Amino acid sequence: MAIDTDTARKVARLARIRVEEERLPALAREFDAILGFIEQLNEVDVEGVEPMTSVTPMRLKRRADVVTDGDRQAEVLLNAPEAREGFFAVPKVVE
Amino acid sequence: MTDLTKLTLAQARDGLRAKDFTAPELTEAYLAAIDAADALNAFVHKTPEIARRQAGFAQTRLDMGMSPDLCGIPMGIKDLFCTTGVPSQAASRILDGFRPPYDSTVTELLHKQGAVMLGKLNMDEFAMGSSNETSTYGNAVNPWRRQDDATPLTPGGSSGGSAAAVAANLCAAATGTDTGGSIRQPAAFTGIVGIKPTYGRVSRWGIIAFASSLDQAGPMTKDVRDAAILLRAMSGHDSKDSTSADLPVPDFEAMLTGDIRGKVIGIPREYRMDGMPEEIEALWHRGAEMLRAAGAEIRDISLPHTKYALPAYYVIAPAEASSNLARYDGVRFGRRARLAQGDGITEMYEKTRAEGFGPEVQRRIMVGTYVLSAGFYDAYYNRARRVRALIKRDFDQVFADGIDAILTPATPSAAFGLGEMANADPVQMYLNDVFTVTVNLAGLPGISVPAGLDARGLPLGLQLIGRPWEEGDLLNVAHSLERAAGFVAKPDRWW
Repeated sequence: MAIDTDTARKVARLARIRVEEERLPALAREFDAILGFIEQLNEVDVEGVEPMTSVTPMRLKRRADVVTDGDRQAEVLLNAPEAREGFFAVPKVVE
Repeated sequence: MTDLTKLTLAQARDGLRAKDFTAPELTEAYLAAIDAADALNAFVHKTPEIARRQAGFAQTRLDMGMSPDLCGIPMGIKDLFCTTGVPSQAASRILDGFRPPYDSTVTELLHKQGAVMLGKLNMDEFAMGSSNETSTYGNAVNPWRRQDDATPLTPGGSSGGSAAAVAANLCAAATGTDTGGSIRQPAAFTGIVGIKPTYGRVSRWGIIAFASSLDQAGPMTKDVRDAAILLRAMSGHDSKDSTSADLPVPDFEAMLTGDIRGKVIGIPREYRMDGMPEEIEALWHRGAEMLRAAGAEIRDISLPHTKYALPAYYVIAPAEASSNLARYDGVRFGRRARLAQGDGITEMYEKTRAEGFGPEVQRRIMVGTYVLSAGFYDAYYNRARRVRALIKRDFDQVFADGIDAILTPATPSAAFGLGEMANADPVQMYLNDVFTVTVNLAGLPGISVPAGLDARGLPLGLQLIGRPWEEGDLLNVAHSLERAAGFVAKPDRWW
C-alpha cells in the first residue's frame, strides 16, 4: 500500500511534529519502506490467537488507594521551560 | 601499582576488601582514564565531584568492614537513567537542560550499595538505533579498530557509550538498557558481556521509557562473573513499577559452578539466515562444540515464527514509543522551541517536537502514530500483538520439550564503520537486531558473550537465551562458554 503525501501530512499532524511541505514526499517514501517490511505479518495465520497484553503471566499488583506523595510544587516546576506563579505557562489556549 | 582500570569488577571488589588499594585510588584511576578518552565520546556528562564524594563514603564503609559487592566500584550510567541533579536526557535535544530531582530505582539501588558514579554515557537518542549515531551528543566511537585500518567504527547501539566505556576500561562496569538488542548488540561489537534479564526482573522506574512492554535494564561488564554480580545488585521488586516481579533474587555469582553437564542447548535452525557471513556461522558452530565438550547436549530446534519478529517489533515498539514520547510537549520539562508572534499551543507542540526530536525518533513516532490510528489499529497493531504471542509460544514449546538454553549468533556482522549505513534504508539498520529482538518480544533473558575475532581482528559475540527467571542457569552456561572460548583480546589503545 502506497502512502501519499496527504497521509504523511495527516500522520505528522496527529503526532504533533511539524514537517515542512517539501519534506513530505520523502517522508511518505520512508513510511512506505517501513510499512512494506511490516506487511510480511500478513503471511502469518493468527486465527484464534489472542493479542499479547503482558509478556509474563502476572496479575498487576494493586495498592491501597491512599496519597503516597505530594506537596512538591517547586520540584514539579523545576524543569519547566516556563513557569509562573506556581503554574506551568503555555501560550494562550482559549480565544 | 598495576593499572587498576584493568581489573574486573570482581577483582576490584576483592582488592578493595583486601585493602590492596582504596576506593578513592580506584576512582581516581578511572577519572584519569576517562579524561584521556574524550576521542571515544563515551562519557557525555562527567561527574567527578559526585564520584570522589561517593568513593570517600565507600572507603568509610570498607574500613568498617561493611561492604556490599559494589562498594567503591566505579560505574558508568547510561544517559537513559534519571540521576538526581545530573543531566539525564536520553541523548535527545528535547531534554536539553533536564535535571531530574530524583533517581531511577536502579541507580538508587547502586548508590545504596556503595557504587561510584563516574558520569553519564552516550547512547542513541531515546535508545532508538543500533549504532549510537542518532545521539544529540554525536557518535560514540568503538575502541576497537580493524587491523591496519583507522576507520572509526560504531560501538553499536543503543547502549554504545556503555559498551565503549567498558571495553576501553573507562569504568569497571556500566548500566545499559535493551528494547530490541541494545545491550547485547553493542556488547558483541566491543568484546564485552551484556545481559538483558527477564522482563520484570529489573525495575523500569525512572528509566526514560521507549517501549514499555519491551524495555529492560541490565549490566554491561568485562566478564560473565561481573554480569552476575551487577545483575543481582540491579534486580528486585519495586512497588513503583507495576510490571516488576515480586520474586526472590538469587545469588547469581554463587551459581557460576562451571558445571553444565546434562544441560540441553538448542540450536534454532531459523537463525541460519541467508547471506550470513561464513565467519559468524563458523563461530556459532564452534560455540556449540565448546558447550558439547563441556558436557552439554546439543539439539537442533525450530522457532518457526522467528522471521516475523522484526516486523512485529517495528509495529509494537514504535506504537509504544509514540505513546510514551507524547509527554515531550515543551511544557513540563526539557526544551521548548522559540515561538513566533501569534503562535498558539499547537504550534508550540509541533515546533518543539520538530526541533527537539532527531529524524529516527520522529520517524518511529510517526510510524507508531500511523499503526495506532483509526482504521489501521487492527490491521497492524493487533496483528503484531498476535504474532508476538506466537513468537513467545515458539519459545514456550522448546522449553517445555526440555531445552535449557538456546545458542545463536549475537549479531549478523562485526562492528561497521560510522557513517557506513548513512544512506541505507532504515530497514537495513533494523536488521542488526535480527537475532536479539525475539528475546524482547518473548520477555526472556538473553546474554551476549564475546567468543572470537573476525578476520579483521574485530570481536564477535554469541548469544545465549534462557528460560524466564532462570538468569542464574543462563549465566552459568555463559560462564562455561566464556571459559572455553578464552576470549582475552583487548583493543590496542589509540585514543
